[in-house]
Amino acid sequence: MPSFVTSRLFWIAVLTVIVALVLPTYVSGYVLGLLTVAYYTAVFAMSWDLLFGFAGEVNFGPTFLIGVGAYTAGILDAHYSPGLSIWLCIAAGALAAVVGGVVLALPALRVSGPYFGLTTLVAVLMLQNFIVVAAGLTGGEIGLAVPDVISIDAKTNYWIALGFMLVSGAILFGLSRSAIGLILQASGQDKIQAGALGFNVTKHKLAAFVVSAFFSGLAGALMVFYMGTASVSTFVDVGVGVQIIIAAVLGGRRTVIGAAIGAIFLIGMGELLRPLGELATLIVSVIALVVILFFPDGFLGIIRGGAKA
Amino acid sequence: MSAAPMLEVNGLTKRFGGLVAVKNLSFSIHAGEILGLIGPNGSGKSTAMKSVMGVERPTAGSVKLDGVELAGLPSHRIARMGVGLVFQHSRPLARQTVLENIKVALLPDKLTRLFADKDVDARARAIAERVGLGGVIDRRPPTLAFADLRRLELAKAVARSPKLVLVDEPFAGLTASEVADFSNLIREFRDDGRAVLLVDHNVKSVSALVDRVLAMYLGEKIAEGRATEVMQDETVRRVYLGGALVSTARPEASFKDVTPALQVDNVGVLYGKAQALQDVSLHVHEGEFVSVVGLNGAGKTTLFNAISGLVPYSGAVKWAGRNLAGGTAAQIARDGIVQCPETRELFGDMTVRENLELGGNALSDAERGERLEWLFGLFPILKSRQPQLARTLSGGEQQMLAIARALMMKPKLLILDEPTLGLAPVILETLSKALDRLRETTKITVLLGEQNVTFALPHADRVYVLDHAKIVWEGPPDRFEAEAAENYL
Repeated sequence: MPSFVTSRLFWIAVLTVIVALVLPTYVSGYVLGLLTVAYYTAVFAMSWDLLFGFAGEVNFGPTFLIGVGAYTAGILDAHYSPGLSIWLCIAAGALAAVVGGVVLALPALRVSGPYFGLTTLVAVLMLQNFIVVAAGLTGGEIGLAVPDVISIDAKTNYWIALGFMLVSGAILFGLSRSAIGLILQASGQDKIQAGALGFNVTKHKLAAFVVSAFFSGLAGALMVFYMGTASVSTFVDVGVGVQIIIAAVLGGRRTVIGAAIGAIFLIGMGELLRPLGELATLIVSVIALVVILFFPDGFLGIIRGGAKA
Repeated sequence: MSAAPMLEVNGLTKRFGGLVAVKNLSFSIHAGEILGLIGPNGSGKSTAMKSVMGVERPTAGSVKLDGVELAGLPSHRIARMGVGLVFQHSRPLARQTVLENIKVALLPDKLTRLFADKDVDARARAIAERVGLGGVIDRRPPTLAFADLRRLELAKAVARSPKLVLVDEPFAGLTASEVADFSNLIREFRDDGRAVLLVDHNVKSVSALVDRVLAMYLGEKIAEGRATEVMQDETVRRVYLGGALVSTARPEASFKDVTPALQVDNVGVLYGKAQALQDVSLHVHEGEFVSVVGLNGAGKTTLFNAISGLVPYSGAVKWAGRNLAGGTAAQIARDGIVQCPETRELFGDMTVRENLELGGNALSDAERGERLEWLFGLFPILKSRQPQLARTLSGGEQQMLAIARALMMKPKLLILDEPTLGLAPVILETLSKALDRLRETTKITVLLGEQNVTFALPHADRVYVLDHAKIVWEGPPDRFEAEAAENYL
């Protein structure tokens, strides 16, 4: 892909990665902690973009997949620690998210457009209610404390999150540029025509859902063992899902990389503006609104705007 | 031509709820043959084509390709068995190039193949060259001319070398020289030994190309044979032209206004890159009943939308001597130009009475009551249907309600867009009588757009023929058959 190597997008990515690599030398553990969360959120947003930007399905329930992954891993650890390695718990979390994703997608993909979105939204609410009701298992509204963490060292956690984000990003980006990504885009654009060209649209969309669920669940599970707790307000709440969606659209949909940039931007801005209190949320929301209204292709659209002409 | 047909359709039926879109349709196509499937809007021709492709699942009947049953299979399986569909409306991938768009069609339906085969690139280039996209292969679809977008659809459909090619309205929106290019491409399919099904509105546009024609009306086959035979067929002529044309036209000189109430001067409309209306001029006197006849896609609805201020246009539309340009659609409606759209746009979940009262929203209570009584006189059936929800009415009743609701607004000029669309002949008569009474008992000015000439002519004082975005004929209805009918079919 020589055209990709020479593109502006590629060099921006390279530059960003270099900055991310040298950062731990210069900044405090607090900032690293913040970026660790931002990197996991970036994976949530990239997974979401695969579904929306490419398969053309608006999944209002990214937190359903994340929550299933996070809570599965957390509950297993809380009940079987130290007999069970946390890496097994994390793998189980990713697997559970895939299973949950398939169970959700099979009926949801039968309907399309707004109904698909509503189905996924209802799934989030059901999961949220289940967690609250089954408090004995899940910790309910108070949250679930997990006995183990991956590491207590901020740098180690940072490297794991960064590495995970880069690998997930590379896989998701590669997938989006592959033959399958092209078929997904065609299916999202016009599913009747994609069918008439010989593509099994449901199969491809289901596959996209599975991949999205896998990375969402995996990121959710990793984040549980970074934070040491799982709570509805950090993993499942609809508000978290909205944040992920805004991040993906803000960064530039159908780009995968843009979703990551959007997620890091949102979390970074939220922190920078924290001294302003409630005003911070408002400012970030206004910025997001302006970008979405006037630059529908997001940050990457702004950057690439000049290059395309 | 081989002995056994490649495609055999038998007893194909497709129902949507209570509506029978295709009724017991049977036809066949041989390899190396082009069949034209024609019929007016709502005749079921598109549904028949979609049922072959598997986009719609047939309710009953059999569709066999080389003896293999296709009915009931999903479209992607039917596509892989050798059927391709050239879509009329294209939605290509806007961020990929023409070449990449063609490549999509060449990819295997497999989740394990992350990268396309090496030969895909060369094959895609060859296809682009063949359909005449060679020069624009690295451009993105939004920058393409309209005809090139159609070529791209053609390229995608034939990428997998289908045995049977279905083409939906091949020439819609194309210029004469582009039509010639496309005809040649379609002939090449035939010469390659493929079977081709062309779906179009009328015989005329496809007659030079097809080996045989099958005409449909209201879901059923009404004629089949060579193009010239079908054009002479009694039933076909009745569907498109009607039987004996009766005219009760009032001469144009009998209208006293010197400046016509409505003047449309050199109006042109572009939809993206397609010329939907070109240099159209017409006028309507106060109290006159003017019909604009033309086949689907000729530009009737676009013309009416331009008059109503719903689409931007070049040229001028004058109403009572005043230029309407710049007025909003709502303002134009308040000035007395009320359009009754082809799609009816009723409030389906409101009752008949509520729909009518909304139409008369601006009237005083007494005036509204009076108007309602008058309308119930015009359409007695609506009186008994008052408490019924609009969407539960039959097609004919819905059309009457749509017209009645438009009349509630006390229009000075009533624009009726294709009121007969999809209605059975018996209902046409009822509508026809209502229009007669409207003409005789009121001073209302009417502009009627119709494909069905039998319906449009008897009421009209003057007739315009719209063809391919242009006015091609103007005159009194009694001269229509002699001067314009021949070119219309």
